[in-house]
Amino acid sequence: MQTRCPYCALQCAMTLTPAGAGAVVEAGDGGLCRKGWTSAALLDSPRRLTHPWVRDGRHGRLREATWDEALDRVADGFRRAQDSGGYDAVGVFGGGGLTNEKAYLLGKFARVALRSSSIDYNGRFCMSSATAGALRAFGLDRGMPFPLVDLDDAGCILLVGSNLAETMPPVMQRLVRQRENGGTLIVVDPRRTPTADAATLHLQVQPGTDLALANGLLFLAIELGHVDEAYIAARTTGWGDVRRAVSASWPAQVERATGVSEPDLRRAVQLLAAADRAMVLTARGAEQHAHGVDTVSAFVNLALALGLPGRPGAGWGCLTGQGNGQGGREHGQRADQLPGYRRLDDPAARAHVAAVWGIDPDDLPAPGRSAYELLEALGSGGGPRALLLMGSNPVVSAPRAAHVQSRLASLDLLVVADVVLSETAAMADVVLPVAQWAEEDGTTTDLQGRVLLRRRALDPPPGVRTDLHVLAGLAQRLGCTATFPVEPREVFDELRLASSGGPADYAGISYDRLAAGEALHWPCPLESSPGTPRLFLERFATPDGRARFVAVSQPPSAEPVDEDFPLLLTTGRVAAHYQSGAQTRRIDELSGDAPAAFVELHPFLAERLDVADGERVRVSTRRGEAFVRTRVSSDIRPDTVFVPFHWAGRQRANLLTSDALDPTSKMPAFKVCAARIDRLEEALR
Amino acid sequence: MSPQGQRVVVIGNGMAGARVVDEICRRDPAARVTVFGTEERPAYNRILLSDVLAGQRRHDEIALTECPPNVVQRLGTSVVRIDRNARTVVGEDRSTTQYDALVLATGSTALVPPVHGIAGPDGLLLSGVHVFRTLDDCEAITAAAGRARTAVVVGGGLLGLEAARGLLRHGLRVEVVHGMDHLMEAQLDPTGGAVLRRAVEALGVTVHLGSFASAVTGGRRVTGVRLANGRHVDADLVVLACGIRPQVDLARAAGLSIGRAILVDDGLRTDDPHVFAIGECAQHRDQVYGLVAPAWEQAAVLADLLTGRPASYTGSKLVTRLKAMDLDVAAMGDTAPELADCGGGLEVLSFADPVRHVYKKLVVRDGVVTGAILLGDLSTVGEVTQAFDRATPLPEARLHLLFRGGGDTAPVDPAGLEDDATVCTCNGVRAGTIRATQLRTVAAVALATRATTGCGGCRGVVEGLLRGSAGAALQPVAGSAVGERRSA
Repeated sequence: MQTRCPYCALQCAMTLTPAGAGAVVEAGDGGLCRKGWTSAALLDSPRRLTHPWVRDGRHGRLREATWDEALDRVADGFRRAQDSGGYDAVGVFGGGGLTNEKAYLLGKFARVALRSSSIDYNGRFCMSSATAGALRAFGLDRGMPFPLVDLDDAGCILLVGSNLAETMPPVMQRLVRQRENGGTLIVVDPRRTPTADAATLHLQVQPGTDLALANGLLFLAIELGHVDEAYIAARTTGWGDVRRAVSASWPAQVERATGVSEPDLRRAVQLLAAADRAMVLTARGAEQHAHGVDTVSAFVNLALALGLPGRPGAGWGCLTGQGNGQGGREHGQRADQLPGYRRLDDPAARAHVAAVWGIDPDDLPAPGRSAYELLEALGSGGGPRALLLMGSNPVVSAPRAAHVQSRLASLDLLVVADVVLSETAAMADVVLPVAQWAEEDGTTTDLQGRVLLRRRALDPPPGVRTDLHVLAGLAQRLGCTATFPVEPREVFDELRLASSGGPADYAGISYDRLAAGEALHWPCPLESSPGTPRLFLERFATPDGRARFVAVSQPPSAEPVDEDFPLLLTTGRVAAHYQSGAQTRRIDELSGDAPAAFVELHPFLAERLDVADGERVRVSTRRGEAFVRTRVSSDIRPDTVFVPFHWAGRQRANLLTSDALDPTSKMPAFKVCAARIDRLEEALR
Repeated sequence: MSPQGQRVVVIGNGMAGARVVDEICRRDPAARVTVFGTEERPAYNRILLSDVLAGQRRHDEIALTECPPNVVQRLGTSVVRIDRNARTVVGEDRSTTQYDALVLATGSTALVPPVHGIAGPDGLLLSGVHVFRTLDDCEAITAAAGRARTAVVVGGGLLGLEAARGLLRHGLRVEVVHGMDHLMEAQLDPTGGAVLRRAVEALGVTVHLGSFASAVTGGRRVTGVRLANGRHVDADLVVLACGIRPQVDLARAAGLSIGRAILVDDGLRTDDPHVFAIGECAQHRDQVYGLVAPAWEQAAVLADLLTGRPASYTGSKLVTRLKAMDLDVAAMGDTAPELADCGGGLEVLSFADPVRHVYKKLVVRDGVVTGAILLGDLSTVGEVTQAFDRATPLPEARLHLLFRGGGDTAPVDPAGLEDDATVCTCNGVRAGTIRATQLRTVAAVALATRATTGCGGCRGVVEGLLRGSAGAALQPVAGSAVGERRSA
């Protein structure tokens, strides 16, 4: 069966052939990384859940239960919470890995079955800064407004805060072709990652100062006469303010902030300006900051000044990370959003979606709290007393994780639907075992805005239900009369209606067209429409059709280093694992190769701290401490240490991270905070 | 004094004044601020004046961020008097403005040396003689350069050299007259000054060292400069870059304490608790700063204090940059301590390549960088600046701060790879595994081992392994450093 990989937003094609209780994977033409190759191992893994579990009493143990008992327990708990605390007392937390159908139905479940405003999802921790930056510049957020194939012919690519050689390796094949075609690659990263190794130029920036770097590049683009005045006049607004704002970013200032030397800044600008078609691509390294949206704006400003967005083969884009990180942010699991990328506070959008759902628009709740704010409110005064969690593992993946864990523990009822007993599921009062990607149909929308069909290749094991079944069963028990179909195709057809006329219009996309192999990028309003691979060629999605420059400046660090915490901590990923590791840590080949977290540090720093390679140390911040082994490498800046975040328990990177939030996107500052490293004998003394 | 809602008056709309206004409004968008500026123009970035002179930027391209709408701007209005008892300032238009906090950001004026013939009896500079301080000066020099063929720049410091560079771009023959024994003596040691001189001369500028200008010659218009050694240098344009003098007249008349500039404490307060001073007109802990970065650091601290946040200013670290065509100089901290002190804990590392106009020097005291010069090759300036700024303890190794490391991935010889070396990092496939397949094509190896199916960066190495020779794979491999342990 032709389907798609369950992991990242590249959604590589794969063929699954059932074999025994599991399946065998073959790569499609685009190749697969190791995570894709081994993905089928979890289908028949003894580690997956095959029946519901419930916990009796707060301190009881999880015990086996029937589906009826488990779902009744959830419905009773939700009713009880809402009886005493109102509609918002039940929260819903979704994920960017959920299919479009699930994301859509989860949003509908929260707004219609629960009538709760308390819904958000883990995409806040991934895409929200890029989303907000794109919306304010272009009036529309589709991560890459052009197809991936455009990378092959880009004359220069400026890649900011992405290690795609490890996070989405097959896309490197395009960058290799791009280099063979004479293109150049600039990588901005505090570490010399395999991606940076492949670059023409690596700018080893201090974490958290990408904004200063972008403004510095724009300063030099102005000085060197590379600004496209005709494009700016014809297609943008706001240039004057930005030009004035970046006049404060002369090279010596930028060097002090970023550590990147002027000759490298100049070379970067020359490479960008010399290219016929240049692209600026940002990712989590630039976006996961308390000033992530402004950082995105700074790079969009650079792209606009060079005249790139809306030109074929060029532009600004964001590399979406999670499997359905694009579709997952379009169809209503965000606190402020309705399907089709509509706004929950827009009366026309409310009326449209309410009509599809057969309810009174006034019965739709108002926008609610963002992901971290929702998690932080759990079990407290005004926050939810019960939570349904689907497709996420915040005990590992949320910032300031110990605090989040304590909030989850304070709930009256925590319900987790998952494939395996994740760290968050292990805390739950009710655990619902759900089907995996290969066991159900569904669509995802990849990082280029193309909608893809994942096909069911085999049956779920006995005792396992789909997420759609879970939502339908709960809606029915809650006495909700609105439709909650369990067939993905039916849900998708409803989503098409709900999205029709919205910014992310899926009305013209059908399972039949996708199954026939059509490459459909949204918006696609009609069955006769070919979709829109390249956005903005004629006009931007703003009221006046022009892209908007936004003047931004580098703020002071949210958490400056000091004597107690003299190091910069940044977090990220390794090639063998995906997100919180709930899946990949349970696949022997992957966990065997990457069994544990580590802290990467420069030999100079190791010398100063007198720690050896492979020594166990304590890494601590103002929020907590983690215990990991060192990995000494000259690939990292001497003032920075790196801990990957895929592991649980005392190795959790997110015990350390900061919950400072971006004021606009509510993105936590995952990518930089002040830290220290201690040798164990001193730490324990 | 209640910080919120207080009336702040700023005198001076230059780099320091405009910055403190901006910083206050960022912290408190409702702040009540009035700013007086002598120049009619909105605030502009003085750092870029030499770019304007060099014709690299238009004069309307150096404006600073627009003044927030709630700020009252009194441009083209000088303040003539401060009444500290009434807490008012009096403008030249006889207006009075009340303040709760007064910020003096009056900056400095260009120093005009007391040289014979430089000015007429009216005190005005002789026609063709210009100071280089404001945008107006810049425009006057540009206009004069269009009519001139030869120019003399008096002063071989930072500003003088930038002026010389700008005048060269106008096609003038340029000579620099400098009273000291080497160029940029405030920032460079003698060796650095000597290398810089060679570099400047290579650009076509004649440099006279140890030569004071004793007279400016000419009747209605300037004809040249006479040096103290009697020599005459012809010029139809003279630019004075002899330093600056803090503008303290208002403060002095108001009875505030003055040293070389207006004396302030760590709260940037003068001896009147309602009056503050920042920038080039302020003297803090015996330092008067003439650069922008300290003024901006002071502005940030003062904005914190005036909006009720705790803050204190303890001094700035100085990094000076000269940018003049191919001539790049960065200097920071104490660059010649060995001339005064050979004490313990002091290390001086240096490298000179005068022919290529390169000089590098690192001053390390007790394991931290306390001074540095980078001239002609600034490839490590980012690292050096941050190490100096933060007083980062250095490792035993020092050279990486002066010279950039190899950087490029070493070529890979597949034939020489150990069997347990990882070839395909995406799929964790080792060289031995690929050899053991005894297959002949990359496609077959990919099917059998998954190697090359991820990022594809190891394709060349796999091909090499299949041929059993180094061959075409001897090149940097994109996306995978073969044999090296990676984070996965």
